[in-house]
Amino acid sequence: MSARRLAIRQPETFALSAKAKKEIGTWVKKYPKDRQRSALIPAMWIAQKDAGGWLPELALRELGDMLDMAYIRVYEVATFYTMFNLEPVGTHYVQMCGTTPCWLRGSDELKDMLTRKIGPQRSISADGKLSWLEVECLGSCSNAPMVQISNADGDHYYEDLTAESLEKVLDDLVAGKKPPQGPKNGRFSSEPIGGAMVLNTKNLSEARGNLKKLPNADKTAKVNYYEWDPKAKRATRKGWVDPKRNASADPKKRSGNLGRDLTVGLVDDDPKKARPARNVKTPKPKVLYTDGATDGAPDDLKLIKGIGPKFEKELNSNGVYYFRQIGAWKVADVKVVEEKIKSLAAGRVKRDNWVKQGKALAKSSAKKGKS
Amino acid sequence: MAQLLEDKDRIFQNLYGLNDWSLDAARDRGAWLGTAAMLAQGKDWLIDQVKSSGLRGRGGAGFPTGLKWSFMPKEVGNRPHYLVVNADESEPGSCKDRDILRHDPHLLIEGCLVASFAMQAHACYIYVRGEYIQERNRLEAAIKEAYAAGLVGKNACGTGWDFDIYMHHGAGAYICGEETALLESLEGKKGQPRLKPPFPAGAGLYGCPTTVNNVESIAVVPTILRRGVDWWTQFGRDNNKGTKVFSISGHVNKPCNIEEALSIPMKTLLEEYAGGVRGGWDNLKCVIPGGSSVPLLPKEICDTVLMDFDALREHQSGLGTAAVIVMDKSTDVVKAIARLSYFYKHESCGQCTPCREGTGWMWRVMERMVRGEARTEEIDMLLAVTKQVEGHTICALGDAAAWPIQGLIRHFRHEIEERIDNYRAGKPVFVPIIEAAE
Repeated sequence: MSARRLAIRQPETFALSAKAKKEIGTWVKKYPKDRQRSALIPAMWIAQKDAGGWLPELALRELGDMLDMAYIRVYEVATFYTMFNLEPVGTHYVQMCGTTPCWLRGSDELKDMLTRKIGPQRSISADGKLSWLEVECLGSCSNAPMVQISNADGDHYYEDLTAESLEKVLDDLVAGKKPPQGPKNGRFSSEPIGGAMVLNTKNLSEARGNLKKLPNADKTAKVNYYEWDPKAKRATRKGWVDPKRNASADPKKRSGNLGRDLTVGLVDDDPKKARPARNVKTPKPKVLYTDGATDGAPDDLKLIKGIGPKFEKELNSNGVYYFRQIGAWKVADVKVVEEKIKSLAAGRVKRDNWVKQGKALAKSSAKKGKS
Repeated sequence: MAQLLEDKDRIFQNLYGLNDWSLDAARDRGAWLGTAAMLAQGKDWLIDQVKSSGLRGRGGAGFPTGLKWSFMPKEVGNRPHYLVVNADESEPGSCKDRDILRHDPHLLIEGCLVASFAMQAHACYIYVRGEYIQERNRLEAAIKEAYAAGLVGKNACGTGWDFDIYMHHGAGAYICGEETALLESLEGKKGQPRLKPPFPAGAGLYGCPTTVNNVESIAVVPTILRRGVDWWTQFGRDNNKGTKVFSISGHVNKPCNIEEALSIPMKTLLEEYAGGVRGGWDNLKCVIPGGSSVPLLPKEICDTVLMDFDALREHQSGLGTAAVIVMDKSTDVVKAIARLSYFYKHESCGQCTPCREGTGWMWRVMERMVRGEARTEEIDMLLAVTKQVEGHTICALGDAAAWPIQGLIRHFRHEIEERIDNYRAGKPVFVPIIEAAE
């Protein structure tokens, strides 16, 4: 590990600019409530840019106050991460990668040149414009050797360097020019020098046009496919839902409630939706079918205890045909029926429990009908 | 000779950034096609597909991705689930994730949505290494595009799934590529790895169930689902299926990144894509096949070895991040490894004593070995120390620091001995062979 300490000479006053504070505020929003500490590293990076390339102690304290952290926790982070400069750097701060992949391709030459041109590591050139440091792998190994140069314009990778091309970049920077970033030997990015041998044609994707359905898709799940329509700039075909339309829809349909198996509740691909409803409610039977047996074939009312062939005939002639009809009678309905059919007036319906019997028979006959 | 991968079978079709990276162009290349349909298949289907594809993690350890996903709790309890994408690419030699971030960011974002849904995570953090400032900005812009198009955010892709995706960045610590150190760093602390167990799937970010995956592992998932497991498994040998982005650096004529099928012979990879070794194949001295952490392989092995997890393991090395560092005969290989030892000394987090003290110790001895200023017995002593560091630390950085030295002593012990003898005899210790013996 590398020991890093705060600078001995510190500025007497320092305050973050309003712009930096606002930027830090947007970062804090990325994390859950009470986890604003997560924003510390990005906030420090912003503060470093704001302070001109390094972090004075006062900036660290201000961040500690902003994020509600003990100062020591902020110092810990500042001294741990090598991208935080704890001492002033030049206007153009050169970080030269010296790890093996760059070393193999000649980073030692860059190192000699930088030492000659700027001086020893961490020192700032006489005009204050340049300083440099040998750092560990910067992750651009196919474009080795390389440096990263940080200044007010940003942080740029200069790759595929030689001592000469790097010196030219530095001269340009000192002269106030903005040399373009990237490889300095004619490459565009990480393709082989002399032009990419692969991926150099347009319209490469075979998958793009051919995808009609997902391979290996689970057939039991009903799935809608949509296609991106470049003209309309949106996906068309059924299955696609305009996100804006549904954004504020019924919250139960959305995934707000954690723990629910959301694969069932997908708004548009719910297999249940496509199926006809299973339990269609049969309309309530009429008290009396005065127009005749209009709701299917009449039931054999003789099955009800207390009804014989004579009663059945009388009931039918007055519009009583079905078990379910009798089963649905309420007390008031029974009174109506009793008024109509005088022979029932003696309270026979109640005594023999016709309603209950009718209900039970209706149920069992419905079952039979299904099987 | 092995069949080379065709362009149509490359997942990262904009690896070099020769085309536009933005949403419309990415859609033309096939990204975000049928994403809603994938999600509609359900999380179990997603995990099953990834499992049966045999996809192994692309971050170095090669752990099966589908299996890792299945370690997450089946039901979301009172703690939310998180997906964290490890884009803290700092392994010397490796520069593949950078190209995905800057040139094909939409494949990654789409993968995040699919993976998060499979693990029932409503939020995903992408931890990008601090130095990748352009890449950070690019990713942030791509995320913004995806939000604007309704692909992520509330009711992502119209599936009813709410999904938030955030870019986070580090500040230049290699150790933050270790999954628990990354979580510590994401919580705003020093990046010091945590003891496992508990594993992140039980208690990760903010103490909640978390899965940490490499950029490439996540970014390939949607394409695997779109084109099918059968398509994916036609590449590579058993247990080493699929395609992989290789980063080729060092002494080759044309260093580059290239996506190829796993199990491609190393010689084919270097000769077909990287323009061959500088000075011809016979000028090859050794290759580090998977980033700085894995032991190097001498030319005899490189002649025939296949580039996949198991083949390299058989030779006591590893695929790692598939960062191929090539060294020709002019290389002072002892110095090359000593430079890596310095790297590990610099990047040790200082938490465990064997690593904090051991990496410094190993580096200082290596520096003496470079000059030949040592005794022959010290080679064995160095080897013994690497064995004492290896496996005795919380995270794998101790192992990673030990392995390159072990590989060096295994294959180039004669060179170190010769150097010590030369030093004692007052001769120059190392004379590079500049030209190949052709």
